[in-house]
Amino acid sequence: MARTPSFLAYVRRDVLLAYRRLGDTVAPLIFFTMVCTLVPLGLSPDPQRLSEIAPGIMWIMALLATLLSIERIFAFDFEDGSLEQLLIAPQLIALPVLAKIVAHWLVTGLPLTLLSPLLAMTLSLPTSAYPAMLLSLAIGSAYLSAVGAVGASLTVSLGRGGLLLPLLVVPLYMPIMIFGTATVFYAVDGLHWSGPLAAMGAMLCAALALCPLAAAAALRVTSA
Amino acid sequence: MVTEVKKWQWFYRLGSPRWFYEITGRWLPWLLCAASLLLASGLFWGLLVAPPDARQGNSFRIIYLHVPAAILALVGYYIMALAGAVGLIWRIKMSFMVMKSAAPIGAALTFIALFTGAVWGKPSWGTYWVWDARITSMLILLFLYLGVLALQRAFSSAEMAYRASAILALVGTINIPIIYKSVDWWHTLHQPATLKLTSASSIHIDMLQPLIVMICGFYVFYVVALCLFTRAEIIRREATSAWVRALVSNESSR
Repeated sequence: MARTPSFLAYVRRDVLLAYRRLGDTVAPLIFFTMVCTLVPLGLSPDPQRLSEIAPGIMWIMALLATLLSIERIFAFDFEDGSLEQLLIAPQLIALPVLAKIVAHWLVTGLPLTLLSPLLAMTLSLPTSAYPAMLLSLAIGSAYLSAVGAVGASLTVSLGRGGLLLPLLVVPLYMPIMIFGTATVFYAVDGLHWSGPLAAMGAMLCAALALCPLAAAAALRVTSA
Repeated sequence: MVTEVKKWQWFYRLGSPRWFYEITGRWLPWLLCAASLLLASGLFWGLLVAPPDARQGNSFRIIYLHVPAAILALVGYYIMALAGAVGLIWRIKMSFMVMKSAAPIGAALTFIALFTGAVWGKPSWGTYWVWDARITSMLILLFLYLGVLALQRAFSSAEMAYRASAILALVGTINIPIIYKSVDWWHTLHQPATLKLTSASSIHIDMLQPLIVMICGFYVFYVVALCLFTRAEIIRREATSAWVRALVSNESSR
Protein backbone atom coordinates (compact mmCIF):
# COMPACT_ATOMS: atom_id res chain seq x y z
CA MET A 1 0.00 0.00 0.00
CA ALA A 2 1.26 3.43 -0.89
CA ARG A 3 2.33 5.70 1.91
CA THR A 4 -0.44 8.18 2.69
CA PRO A 5 0.82 11.74 2.56
CA SER A 6 0.90 13.62 5.83
CA PHE A 7 -1.24 16.59 6.79
CA LEU A 8 1.58 19.04 6.18
CA ALA A 9 2.23 17.60 2.74
CA TYR A 10 -1.38 18.36 1.79
CA VAL A 11 -1.08 21.92 3.10
CA ARG A 12 2.18 22.44 1.23
CA ARG A 13 0.72 21.08 -1.97
CA ASP A 14 -2.27 23.44 -1.86
CA VAL A 15 -0.20 26.49 -0.95
CA LEU A 16 2.19 25.67 -3.78
CA LEU A 17 -0.70 25.29 -6.22
CA ALA A 18 -2.10 28.63 -5.10
CA TYR A 19 1.32 30.19 -5.63
CA ARG A 20 1.45 28.79 -9.17
CA ARG A 21 -1.92 30.42 -9.85
CA LEU A 22 -0.82 33.73 -8.41
CA GLY A 23 -3.34 35.78 -10.40
CA ASP A 24 -6.30 33.88 -8.96
CA THR A 25 -4.83 33.97 -5.48
CA VAL A 26 -4.19 37.70 -5.43
CA ALA A 27 -7.56 38.64 -6.95
CA PRO A 28 -9.50 38.55 -3.62
CA LEU A 29 -6.88 40.80 -2.03
CA ILE A 30 -7.15 43.33 -4.84
CA PHE A 31 -10.94 43.11 -4.57
CA PHE A 32 -10.69 43.75 -0.82
CA THR A 33 -8.56 46.84 -1.42
CA MET A 34 -10.68 48.19 -4.27
CA VAL A 35 -14.01 47.82 -2.52
CA CYS A 36 -12.61 49.51 0.57
CA THR A 37 -11.78 52.42 -1.71
CA LEU A 38 -15.40 52.59 -2.81
CA VAL A 39 -16.56 53.37 0.72
CA PRO A 40 -15.09 56.89 1.08
CA LEU A 41 -16.13 57.62 -2.51
CA GLY A 42 -19.68 56.45 -1.92
CA LEU A 43 -20.27 57.64 1.64
CA SER A 44 -18.04 60.46 2.69
CA PRO A 45 -14.29 61.18 2.93
CA ASP A 46 -14.83 62.68 6.39
CA PRO A 47 -12.37 60.87 8.74
CA GLN A 48 -14.77 61.17 11.67
CA ARG A 49 -17.59 59.37 9.86
CA LEU A 50 -15.25 56.84 8.29
CA SER A 51 -13.72 55.85 11.60
CA GLU A 52 -17.19 55.16 13.00
CA ILE A 53 -18.03 52.59 10.36
CA ALA A 54 -14.51 51.31 9.57
CA PRO A 55 -14.75 48.09 11.68
CA GLY A 56 -17.97 47.06 9.94
CA ILE A 57 -16.64 47.95 6.49
CA MET A 58 -13.43 46.00 7.02
CA TRP A 59 -15.34 42.96 8.17
CA ILE A 60 -17.94 43.01 5.39
CA MET A 61 -15.23 43.39 2.76
CA ALA A 62 -13.15 40.57 4.25
CA LEU A 63 -16.27 38.38 4.20
CA LEU A 64 -17.00 39.20 0.56
CA ALA A 65 -13.39 38.64 -0.46
CA THR A 66 -13.47 35.21 1.20
CA LEU A 67 -16.74 34.42 -0.58
CA LEU A 68 -15.08 35.22 -3.89
CA SER A 69 -12.28 32.76 -3.33
CA ILE A 70 -13.94 29.99 -1.35
CA GLU A 71 -15.30 28.28 -4.47
CA ARG A 72 -11.72 27.47 -5.54
CA ILE A 73 -11.00 25.44 -2.43
CA PHE A 74 -12.17 22.29 -4.25
CA ALA A 75 -12.93 23.50 -7.79
CA PHE A 76 -9.47 23.00 -9.33
CA ASP A 77 -9.04 19.60 -7.72
CA PHE A 78 -12.49 18.62 -8.97
CA GLU A 79 -11.67 19.70 -12.52
CA ASP A 80 -8.34 17.91 -12.82
CA GLY A 81 -9.58 14.74 -11.11
CA SER A 82 -7.34 14.81 -8.06
CA LEU A 83 -10.39 15.22 -5.82
CA GLU A 84 -11.68 11.90 -7.10
CA GLN A 85 -8.32 10.28 -6.32
CA LEU A 86 -8.59 11.69 -2.81
CA LEU A 87 -12.07 10.23 -2.38
CA ILE A 88 -11.16 6.72 -3.49
CA ALA A 89 -7.97 6.62 -1.40
CA PRO A 90 -8.26 4.29 1.61
CA GLN A 91 -8.11 6.98 4.27
CA LEU A 92 -10.13 9.51 6.22
CA ILE A 93 -11.11 12.37 3.90
CA ALA A 94 -11.68 14.84 6.70
CA LEU A 95 -7.94 15.24 7.24
CA PRO A 96 -7.05 16.42 3.72
CA VAL A 97 -10.17 18.61 3.84
CA LEU A 98 -8.86 20.23 7.01
CA ALA A 99 -5.51 20.69 5.24
CA LYS A 100 -7.32 22.43 2.40
CA ILE A 101 -9.06 24.73 4.86
CA VAL A 102 -5.72 25.60 6.48
CA ALA A 103 -4.14 26.17 3.07
CA HIS A 104 -7.05 28.37 1.99
CA TRP A 105 -6.66 30.45 5.11
CA LEU A 106 -2.91 30.76 4.52
CA VAL A 107 -3.43 32.12 0.99
CA THR A 108 -6.51 34.34 1.58
CA GLY A 109 -7.39 34.90 5.25
CA LEU A 110 -3.86 35.55 6.45
CA PRO A 111 -2.92 37.98 3.63
CA LEU A 112 -6.25 39.78 4.15
CA THR A 113 -5.43 40.14 7.83
CA LEU A 114 -1.94 41.40 7.09
CA LEU A 115 -3.32 43.86 4.54
CA SER A 116 -5.99 45.19 6.87
CA PRO A 117 -3.87 47.73 8.86
CA LEU A 118 -3.11 49.52 5.61
CA LEU A 119 -6.79 49.83 4.75
CA ALA A 120 -7.73 50.60 8.35
CA MET A 121 -5.34 53.53 8.16
CA THR A 122 -7.04 54.90 5.04
CA LEU A 123 -10.42 54.51 6.79
CA SER A 124 -9.02 56.36 9.84
CA LEU A 125 -9.59 53.55 12.30
CA PRO A 126 -8.05 54.56 15.67
CA THR A 127 -4.66 52.87 16.07
CA SER A 128 -5.66 51.54 19.49
CA ALA A 129 -8.08 49.19 17.73
CA TYR A 130 -5.44 47.61 15.46
CA PRO A 131 -4.57 44.61 17.68
CA ALA A 132 -8.26 43.79 18.08
CA MET A 133 -8.83 44.10 14.34
CA LEU A 134 -5.85 41.93 13.45
CA LEU A 135 -6.78 39.19 15.91
CA SER A 136 -10.49 39.23 15.03
CA LEU A 137 -9.76 39.07 11.30
CA ALA A 138 -7.19 36.30 11.74
CA ILE A 139 -9.55 34.11 13.78
CA GLY A 140 -12.64 35.13 11.85
CA SER A 141 -11.19 34.48 8.40
CA ALA A 142 -10.15 30.98 9.50
CA TYR A 143 -13.78 30.40 10.52
CA LEU A 144 -14.95 31.76 7.16
CA SER A 145 -12.63 29.29 5.37
CA ALA A 146 -13.85 26.34 7.46
CA VAL A 147 -17.58 27.04 7.07
CA GLY A 148 -17.12 28.07 3.46
CA ALA A 149 -15.52 24.70 2.74
CA VAL A 150 -18.83 23.02 3.60
CA GLY A 151 -20.68 25.22 1.12
CA ALA A 152 -17.99 24.71 -1.51
CA SER A 153 -18.11 20.93 -1.09
CA LEU A 154 -21.88 20.94 -1.57
CA THR A 155 -21.71 22.94 -4.80
CA VAL A 156 -18.42 21.69 -6.28
CA SER A 157 -19.99 19.54 -8.99
CA LEU A 158 -22.52 22.19 -10.06
CA GLY A 159 -20.12 24.11 -12.26
CA ARG A 160 -18.77 27.60 -11.98
CA GLY A 161 -20.36 30.98 -11.87
CA GLY A 162 -23.25 29.99 -9.66
CA LEU A 163 -24.68 32.37 -7.11
CA LEU A 164 -25.66 29.35 -5.06
CA LEU A 165 -22.58 29.18 -2.83
CA PRO A 166 -23.01 32.65 -1.27
CA LEU A 167 -26.69 31.84 -0.73
CA LEU A 168 -25.71 28.79 1.31
CA VAL A 169 -22.90 30.20 3.41
CA VAL A 170 -23.80 33.86 4.07
CA PRO A 171 -26.45 32.96 6.70
CA LEU A 172 -23.83 30.78 8.41
CA TYR A 173 -21.33 33.67 8.33
CA MET A 174 -23.58 36.07 10.21
CA PRO A 175 -22.72 35.03 13.81
CA ILE A 176 -18.96 35.30 13.34
CA MET A 177 -19.37 38.72 11.75
CA ILE A 178 -21.38 39.94 14.72
CA PHE A 179 -18.61 38.94 17.12
CA GLY A 180 -15.84 40.07 14.76
CA THR A 181 -17.14 43.60 14.34
CA ALA A 182 -18.05 43.76 18.05
CA THR A 183 -14.42 42.96 18.98
CA VAL A 184 -13.19 45.92 16.95
CA PHE A 185 -15.99 48.24 18.09
CA TYR A 186 -15.19 47.40 21.71
CA ALA A 187 -11.53 48.23 21.11
CA VAL A 188 -12.48 51.55 19.46
CA ASP A 189 -14.61 52.43 22.50
CA GLY A 190 -11.77 51.47 24.84
CA LEU A 191 -13.60 48.51 26.37
CA HIS A 192 -12.20 45.05 27.12
CA TRP A 193 -12.50 43.21 23.84
CA SER A 194 -11.35 39.78 24.99
CA GLY A 195 -14.96 38.61 25.51
CA PRO A 196 -16.20 38.61 21.89
CA LEU A 197 -12.76 37.45 20.77
CA ALA A 198 -13.01 34.44 23.08
CA ALA A 199 -16.45 33.67 21.62
CA MET A 200 -14.88 33.78 18.16
CA GLY A 201 -12.13 31.43 19.29
CA ALA A 202 -14.72 28.99 20.62
CA MET A 203 -16.63 29.14 17.35
CA LEU A 204 -13.43 28.55 15.39
CA CYS A 205 -12.61 25.47 17.49
CA ALA A 206 -16.08 24.04 16.88
CA ALA A 207 -15.88 24.83 13.17
CA LEU A 208 -12.45 23.24 12.77
CA ALA A 209 -13.72 20.10 14.49
CA LEU A 210 -17.04 19.76 12.64
CA CYS A 211 -16.68 21.43 9.24
CA PRO A 212 -14.10 18.99 7.81
CA LEU A 213 -16.44 16.11 8.69
CA ALA A 214 -19.45 17.81 7.08
CA ALA A 215 -17.44 18.82 4.02
CA ALA A 216 -16.02 15.30 3.66
CA ALA A 217 -19.52 13.82 3.81
CA ALA A 218 -20.74 16.37 1.27
CA LEU A 219 -17.84 15.63 -1.10
CA ARG A 220 -18.71 11.92 -1.00
CA VAL A 221 -22.26 12.81 -2.03
CA THR A 222 -21.71 15.50 -4.64
CA SER A 223 -18.59 14.39 -6.46
CA ALA A 224 -19.07 10.65 -6.31
CA MET B 1 -41.44 -10.10 20.39
CA VAL B 2 -43.76 -10.99 17.57
CA THR B 3 -46.51 -8.75 18.92
CA GLU B 4 -43.92 -6.03 19.44
CA VAL B 5 -43.01 -6.19 15.76
CA LYS B 6 -46.69 -6.22 14.77
CA LYS B 7 -47.40 -3.18 16.88
CA TRP B 8 -44.75 -1.13 15.10
CA GLN B 9 -45.32 -2.54 11.67
CA TRP B 10 -47.36 0.42 10.47
CA PHE B 11 -44.42 2.64 11.40
CA TYR B 12 -41.82 0.58 9.55
CA ARG B 13 -44.12 0.43 6.58
CA LEU B 14 -43.98 4.22 6.34
CA GLY B 15 -40.45 3.69 5.03
CA SER B 16 -41.95 2.38 1.80
CA PRO B 17 -43.25 5.12 -0.50
CA ARG B 18 -46.21 2.98 -1.53
CA TRP B 19 -47.29 2.26 2.05
CA PHE B 20 -46.71 5.86 3.05
CA TYR B 21 -48.98 6.92 0.23
CA GLU B 22 -51.71 4.49 1.21
CA ILE B 23 -51.53 5.04 4.98
CA THR B 24 -51.52 8.85 4.73
CA GLY B 25 -54.34 8.58 2.20
CA ARG B 26 -56.42 6.96 4.94
CA TRP B 27 -55.33 9.48 7.59
CA LEU B 28 -55.65 12.64 5.54
CA PRO B 29 -59.47 13.13 5.71
CA TRP B 30 -59.36 12.87 9.52
CA LEU B 31 -56.34 15.15 9.82
CA LEU B 32 -57.96 17.64 7.48
CA CYS B 33 -61.15 17.62 9.60
CA ALA B 34 -59.15 18.14 12.79
CA ALA B 35 -57.09 20.95 11.26
CA SER B 36 -60.07 22.87 9.89
CA LEU B 37 -62.03 22.39 13.12
CA LEU B 38 -59.14 23.63 15.28
CA LEU B 39 -58.24 26.53 12.99
CA ALA B 40 -61.85 27.65 12.52
CA SER B 41 -62.69 27.52 16.23
CA GLY B 42 -59.35 29.10 17.16
CA LEU B 43 -59.85 31.96 14.71
CA PHE B 44 -63.45 32.52 15.78
CA TRP B 45 -62.48 32.48 19.44
CA GLY B 46 -59.39 34.61 18.97
CA LEU B 47 -60.76 37.19 16.54
CA LEU B 48 -64.31 37.63 17.83
CA VAL B 49 -64.66 36.31 21.38
CA ALA B 50 -61.36 37.16 23.07
CA PRO B 51 -61.28 40.63 24.70
CA PRO B 52 -59.32 43.43 22.99
CA ASP B 53 -55.97 44.33 24.47
CA ALA B 54 -55.93 47.28 26.89
CA ARG B 55 -53.24 49.19 25.00
CA GLN B 56 -53.04 47.63 21.55
CA GLY B 57 -56.77 47.32 20.97
CA ASN B 58 -57.64 44.84 18.27
CA SER B 59 -54.29 44.86 16.48
CA PHE B 60 -52.88 42.31 18.94
CA ARG B 61 -55.16 39.67 17.39
CA ILE B 62 -52.59 39.04 14.67
CA ILE B 63 -50.66 36.96 17.20
CA TYR B 64 -53.18 34.18 16.50
CA LEU B 65 -51.47 33.79 13.13
CA HIS B 66 -48.07 35.18 13.96
CA VAL B 67 -47.09 33.06 16.96
CA PRO B 68 -48.21 29.66 15.59
CA ALA B 69 -46.52 30.36 12.25
CA ALA B 70 -43.28 31.36 13.97
CA ILE B 71 -43.34 28.26 16.19
CA LEU B 72 -43.99 25.91 13.28
CA ALA B 73 -41.33 27.65 11.17
CA LEU B 74 -38.70 26.79 13.80
CA VAL B 75 -40.06 23.34 14.60
CA GLY B 76 -40.32 22.70 10.86
CA TYR B 77 -36.61 23.30 10.40
CA TYR B 78 -35.81 20.68 12.99
CA ILE B 79 -38.32 18.26 11.45
CA MET B 80 -36.63 18.82 8.09
CA ALA B 81 -33.13 18.32 9.49
CA LEU B 82 -34.22 15.26 11.48
CA ALA B 83 -35.78 13.68 8.41
CA GLY B 84 -32.58 14.44 6.49
CA ALA B 85 -30.45 12.85 9.22
CA VAL B 86 -32.62 9.72 9.27
CA GLY B 87 -32.27 9.55 5.50
CA LEU B 88 -28.50 9.94 5.59
CA ILE B 89 -27.92 7.47 8.42
CA TRP B 90 -30.36 4.69 7.52
CA ARG B 91 -30.49 5.46 3.80
CA ILE B 92 -34.28 5.69 3.74
CA LYS B 93 -35.53 7.34 0.57
CA MET B 94 -38.91 8.10 2.10
CA SER B 95 -37.23 10.17 4.79
CA PHE B 96 -35.51 12.32 2.17
CA MET B 97 -38.88 12.92 0.49
CA VAL B 98 -40.29 14.18 3.79
CA MET B 99 -37.26 16.44 4.19
CA LYS B 100 -37.66 17.88 0.71
CA SER B 101 -41.36 18.55 1.33
CA ALA B 102 -40.68 20.25 4.67
CA ALA B 103 -38.50 22.94 3.08
CA PRO B 104 -41.11 24.96 1.10
CA ILE B 105 -43.67 24.68 3.93
CA GLY B 106 -41.14 25.93 6.47
CA ALA B 107 -40.05 28.78 4.21
CA ALA B 108 -43.69 29.83 3.70
CA LEU B 109 -44.39 29.75 7.45
CA THR B 110 -41.26 31.80 8.16
CA PHE B 111 -42.41 34.34 5.60
CA ILE B 112 -45.89 34.45 7.16
CA ALA B 113 -44.35 35.02 10.59
CA LEU B 114 -42.18 37.87 9.26
CA PHE B 115 -45.03 39.41 7.26
CA THR B 116 -47.60 39.33 10.06
CA GLY B 117 -44.94 40.70 12.39
CA ALA B 118 -44.33 43.63 10.05
CA VAL B 119 -48.06 44.31 9.66
CA TRP B 120 -48.45 44.29 13.45
CA GLY B 121 -45.32 46.40 13.91
CA LYS B 122 -46.63 49.36 11.91
CA PRO B 123 -49.50 50.34 14.27
CA SER B 124 -47.72 49.15 17.43
CA TRP B 125 -44.11 50.24 16.95
CA GLY B 126 -44.71 52.82 14.20
CA THR B 127 -42.50 50.97 11.74
CA TYR B 128 -42.69 47.86 9.59
CA TRP B 129 -39.18 46.75 10.35
CA VAL B 130 -36.76 47.04 13.24
CA TRP B 131 -33.51 45.11 13.69
CA ASP B 132 -34.86 43.33 16.71
CA ALA B 133 -33.08 40.14 17.77
CA ARG B 134 -36.00 37.81 17.17
CA ILE B 135 -36.97 39.40 13.85
CA THR B 136 -33.38 39.21 12.60
CA SER B 137 -33.11 35.56 13.66
CA MET B 138 -36.30 34.77 11.77
CA LEU B 139 -34.94 36.52 8.68
CA ILE B 140 -31.76 34.43 8.87
CA LEU B 141 -33.95 31.33 9.30
CA LEU B 142 -35.71 32.29 6.07
CA PHE B 143 -32.31 32.55 4.36
CA LEU B 144 -31.39 29.08 5.66
CA TYR B 145 -34.63 27.67 4.25
CA LEU B 146 -34.01 29.41 0.91
CA GLY B 147 -30.51 27.92 0.79
CA VAL B 148 -31.89 24.40 1.25
CA LEU B 149 -34.55 25.05 -1.40
CA ALA B 150 -32.00 26.42 -3.87
CA LEU B 151 -29.63 23.50 -3.32
CA GLN B 152 -32.45 20.99 -3.84
CA ARG B 153 -33.22 22.50 -7.21
CA ALA B 154 -29.60 22.81 -8.35
CA PHE B 155 -28.86 19.11 -8.85
CA SER B 156 -30.04 17.13 -11.83
CA SER B 157 -29.78 13.88 -9.86
CA ALA B 158 -32.58 13.61 -7.31
CA GLU B 159 -30.56 11.32 -5.05
CA MET B 160 -27.67 13.80 -4.94
CA ALA B 161 -30.04 16.68 -4.25
CA TYR B 162 -31.59 14.79 -1.33
CA ARG B 163 -28.27 14.00 0.30
CA ALA B 164 -26.63 17.37 -0.29
CA SER B 165 -29.59 19.35 1.05
CA ALA B 166 -29.83 16.99 4.05
CA ILE B 167 -26.20 17.78 4.93
CA LEU B 168 -26.89 21.51 4.55
CA ALA B 169 -29.99 21.24 6.74
CA LEU B 170 -27.93 19.51 9.44
CA VAL B 171 -25.21 22.17 9.29
CA GLY B 172 -27.97 24.76 9.63
CA THR B 173 -29.38 22.97 12.66
CA ILE B 174 -26.10 23.35 14.53
CA ASN B 175 -26.01 26.99 13.53
CA ILE B 176 -29.54 27.98 14.56
CA PRO B 177 -28.77 28.22 18.30
CA ILE B 178 -25.49 30.01 17.53
CA ILE B 179 -27.30 32.47 15.25
CA TYR B 180 -30.03 33.04 17.79
CA LYS B 181 -27.58 33.61 20.66
CA SER B 182 -25.24 35.83 18.67
CA VAL B 183 -28.07 37.98 17.28
CA ASP B 184 -29.58 38.23 20.76
CA TRP B 185 -26.23 39.39 22.13
CA TRP B 186 -25.74 41.78 19.21
CA HIS B 187 -29.18 43.22 19.80
CA THR B 188 -28.48 44.03 23.43
CA LEU B 189 -25.25 45.64 22.25
CA HIS B 190 -26.73 47.88 19.57
CA GLN B 191 -30.39 48.49 20.24
CA PRO B 192 -31.80 50.63 23.01
CA ALA B 193 -34.23 48.45 24.91
CA THR B 194 -37.21 50.65 24.21
CA LEU B 195 -39.17 48.16 22.15
CA LYS B 196 -40.28 45.19 24.12
CA LEU B 197 -42.70 42.50 23.17
CA THR B 198 -45.08 41.62 25.96
CA SER B 199 -43.61 38.52 27.47
CA ALA B 200 -45.54 35.33 26.91
CA SER B 201 -46.23 34.66 30.56
CA SER B 202 -47.96 38.00 31.06
CA ILE B 203 -50.68 37.22 28.50
CA HIS B 204 -54.18 37.02 29.95
CA ILE B 205 -55.78 33.60 30.14
CA ASP B 206 -58.71 34.65 27.89
CA MET B 207 -56.25 35.52 25.15
CA LEU B 208 -54.01 32.51 25.81
CA GLN B 209 -56.68 29.83 25.37
CA PRO B 210 -57.50 30.61 21.71
CA LEU B 211 -53.76 30.94 21.05
CA ILE B 212 -53.19 27.40 22.28
CA VAL B 213 -56.04 26.17 20.06
CA MET B 214 -54.46 27.96 17.10
CA ILE B 215 -51.02 26.48 17.84
CA CYS B 216 -52.53 22.97 17.95
CA GLY B 217 -54.41 23.76 14.74
CA PHE B 218 -51.19 24.87 13.03
CA TYR B 219 -49.43 21.67 14.13
CA VAL B 220 -52.16 19.51 12.57
CA PHE B 221 -52.23 21.76 9.51
CA TYR B 222 -48.45 21.35 9.22
CA VAL B 223 -48.83 17.57 9.24
CA VAL B 224 -51.53 17.79 6.56
CA ALA B 225 -49.39 20.04 4.37
CA LEU B 226 -46.33 17.82 4.88
CA CYS B 227 -48.35 14.72 3.90
CA LEU B 228 -49.73 16.41 0.78
CA PHE B 229 -46.31 17.67 -0.36
CA THR B 230 -44.71 14.31 0.35
CA ARG B 231 -47.45 12.44 -1.54
CA ALA B 232 -46.85 14.68 -4.54
CA GLU B 233 -43.11 14.01 -4.28
CA ILE B 234 -43.76 10.24 -4.09
CA ILE B 235 -45.82 10.33 -7.26
CA ARG B 236 -43.14 12.38 -9.00
CA ARG B 237 -40.29 10.08 -7.95
CA GLU B 238 -42.12 6.79 -8.35
CA ALA B 239 -43.81 7.75 -11.59
CA THR B 240 -42.32 4.76 -13.42
CA SER B 241 -43.26 2.17 -10.80
CA ALA B 242 -46.13 -0.26 -11.42
CA TRP B 243 -48.29 0.84 -8.50
CA VAL B 244 -48.26 4.52 -9.48
CA ARG B 245 -49.14 3.59 -13.06
CA ALA B 246 -52.00 1.46 -11.79
CA LEU B 247 -53.13 4.32 -9.56
CA VAL B 248 -53.08 6.81 -12.43
CA SER B 249 -54.90 4.50 -14.84
CA ASN B 250 -57.55 3.83 -12.17
CA GLU B 251 -58.00 7.56 -11.66
CA SER B 252 -58.30 8.31 -15.35
CA SER B 253 -60.66 5.40 -16.13
CA ARG B 254 -63.02 6.47 -13.38
